[in-house]
Amino acid sequence: MRPIRVLVAKPGLDGHDRGAKVIARALRDAGMEVIYTGLRQTVNQIVNAAIQEDVDCIAVSILSGAHETLLPKISNLLKEEGVDDILFIAGGVIPEDDIPSLKERGVAEIFTPGTPTTVTIDYIKENIRR
Amino acid sequence: MFREDVLSDLKEEKKKFDEKTEKLLEKRPERKDVFYSGSGEEVKRVYTPLDIQEMNYNDDIGLPGEYPFTRGAYGSMHRGRLWTMRMYAGFATAEESNRRYKYLVEQGSSGLSVAFDLPTQIGYDSNHELANGEVGKVGVAIDSLKDMEVLFDGIPLDKVSTSMTINAPAGVLLAMYIAVAEKQGVSPDKLRGTIQNDILKEYIARGTYIYPTKPSMRLITDIFEYCSENVPKWNTISISGYHIREAGSTAAQEVGFTIADGIAYVEAALEAGLDVDAFAPRLSFFFNAHNDLLEEVAKFRAARRLWAKIMKERFGAKNPKSMTMKFHTQTGGSTLTAQQPENNIVRVTIQTLAAVLGGTQSLHTNSKDEALALPSEDSVRTALRTQQVVAHESGITNTADPLAGSYFIESKTNEIEKAALEYIEKIDDLGGAPEAINKGYIQQEIMDAAYNYQKEVETNERVIVGMNKFQIDEKPPTGLLKVDPAVEEKQTKQIDELKENRDSKAVETSLEDLKKACETDENVMPYILKAVKVYATLGEISDVMREVFGEYQQSVKL
Repeated sequence: MRPIRVLVAKPGLDGHDRGAKVIARALRDAGMEVIYTGLRQTVNQIVNAAIQEDVDCIAVSILSGAHETLLPKISNLLKEEGVDDILFIAGGVIPEDDIPSLKERGVAEIFTPGTPTTVTIDYIKENIRR
Repeated sequence: MFREDVLSDLKEEKKKFDEKTEKLLEKRPERKDVFYSGSGEEVKRVYTPLDIQEMNYNDDIGLPGEYPFTRGAYGSMHRGRLWTMRMYAGFATAEESNRRYKYLVEQGSSGLSVAFDLPTQIGYDSNHELANGEVGKVGVAIDSLKDMEVLFDGIPLDKVSTSMTINAPAGVLLAMYIAVAEKQGVSPDKLRGTIQNDILKEYIARGTYIYPTKPSMRLITDIFEYCSENVPKWNTISISGYHIREAGSTAAQEVGFTIADGIAYVEAALEAGLDVDAFAPRLSFFFNAHNDLLEEVAKFRAARRLWAKIMKERFGAKNPKSMTMKFHTQTGGSTLTAQQPENNIVRVTIQTLAAVLGGTQSLHTNSKDEALALPSEDSVRTALRTQQVVAHESGITNTADPLAGSYFIESKTNEIEKAALEYIEKIDDLGGAPEAINKGYIQQEIMDAAYNYQKEVETNERVIVGMNKFQIDEKPPTGLLKVDPAVEEKQTKQIDELKENRDSKAVETSLEDLKKACETDENVMPYILKAVKVYATLGEISDVMREVFGEYQQSVKL
């Protein structure tokens, strides 16, 4: 079986990429193939990259407070493109109060500050859709 | 610094002490095999004159306010004046931020510090596609001079000093500030404050770059030149280690990479034909304060000494003010935990002590809820009170550099200075900071340190109280500040109105003139000022420069 492929993405204008890079390395060290987008990706760029790279999971990192706008846009576009086999997760400074509605709008899981990378790794392993 | 006979006796005594202690350890081992500082450097059991025997007090330590400034930038330090308590704030609209500033001033804040939202920091108007969802979130949205007039309404700009965290479009925001001051009847030579204007660390760690390295450096030297003639009391740059540290660097990397950036700015200005003593006194720095109190104090001392030596020896500065490193400090955001957020108040207190004992000129203290959301007014007040308690109750402000002479502090100061200098030499070999950044060297070093840190936390080698030890079951926090999404709509509507009502011919001409200036080597600042005054928007001005200069392409490495 081929290794799990993950797209780690930074949407919007947020420049905080320590978390994204740390998680990307941790996933790689856990045996996954990781594509990191770099900063300032539009929703279209992220979804296109995910489809082209045939990833199993999109992991978005966001600390700028734009999560309520950008995360649902990503899940909507995935839906529009007819993609249902990619696990979509997010992490960053996202208040607990916002999480239920984000999950309703298509984000599978959200990891808040202090989450060990092992928790995210296990989650991806158990939840990819193939 | 020590008599030969004292040292040789001590050497004997120390040998016996080591043997005795090692023997005792067989029965009662220490808590750890090796002890590490916050930055992962080994710390010895005890420090003695033997660790600093090579030092010469007059050359290496000296007096506060005197070369090499190890003990402080000014002679009387915090006896003369307390540091400026400067709380970084700004969110949503100019009106709301204006209200927060007035509140902070009422509460005893002594300087303003403006946080701009990301679209403003990256030169996009609020109605730009990429601004969607970001307007007013991490700071205030400024689209034109109109917003800036509201932001400083009722705040006399000849009385306050204002720090603006703005980099790629620093010239535009400074021009708006000058224009607002003029409307208040305040001339530019009376303005005091700082623009961050440090693009190199944006490429390294913070991410709000626009243009490639070369034109960005030119914009910075244009500002140096313009301000030395027109806004002489303005700090034209705040060379920032803060974000480098937040991105995961060690203390020594924070000093080394920041000073390497500083060297690049000095070289760029010299190349542009400026005299070192004309601009160097207006260079200022910005550092982080983390939890390892003693290591942090040593870091500040090492940075001051290293900068002084470089300015004197490498750049031949004559004016002592050119050699004096003045710096702002912010407590370490990345050290705060989302778990048991009250514990963050304690962390911020330790970090405040570090900054003050390290001789800071101004300080922002983080609020306890910053790992969760934008800080609420109550938590901002507690953070400001933390500074006030340290200032007025702790007693550490009564004397300059009280930790000097500690064998550990002096030894650690030497160690950090040496390690930082090694990074600077490595960067020199790569062709200077801009080249080292384009090659991804600095980013890679920081990333390695960040990843090591994360692994230490996850293996519990590093204890973070409340997060990987002493956890409790917690309810999700409530009462977090949330920015109304209507802000984006409001800003967009205002831009439409502005564009209908302004003199569009004048805007067009001013932008054409700016474009021409960008294409030649003329100083762009007067043209930016002209454009701002006729209400050209930040996005329009930045777009003109994007057209001429192009955009930076990030080198992505893992």
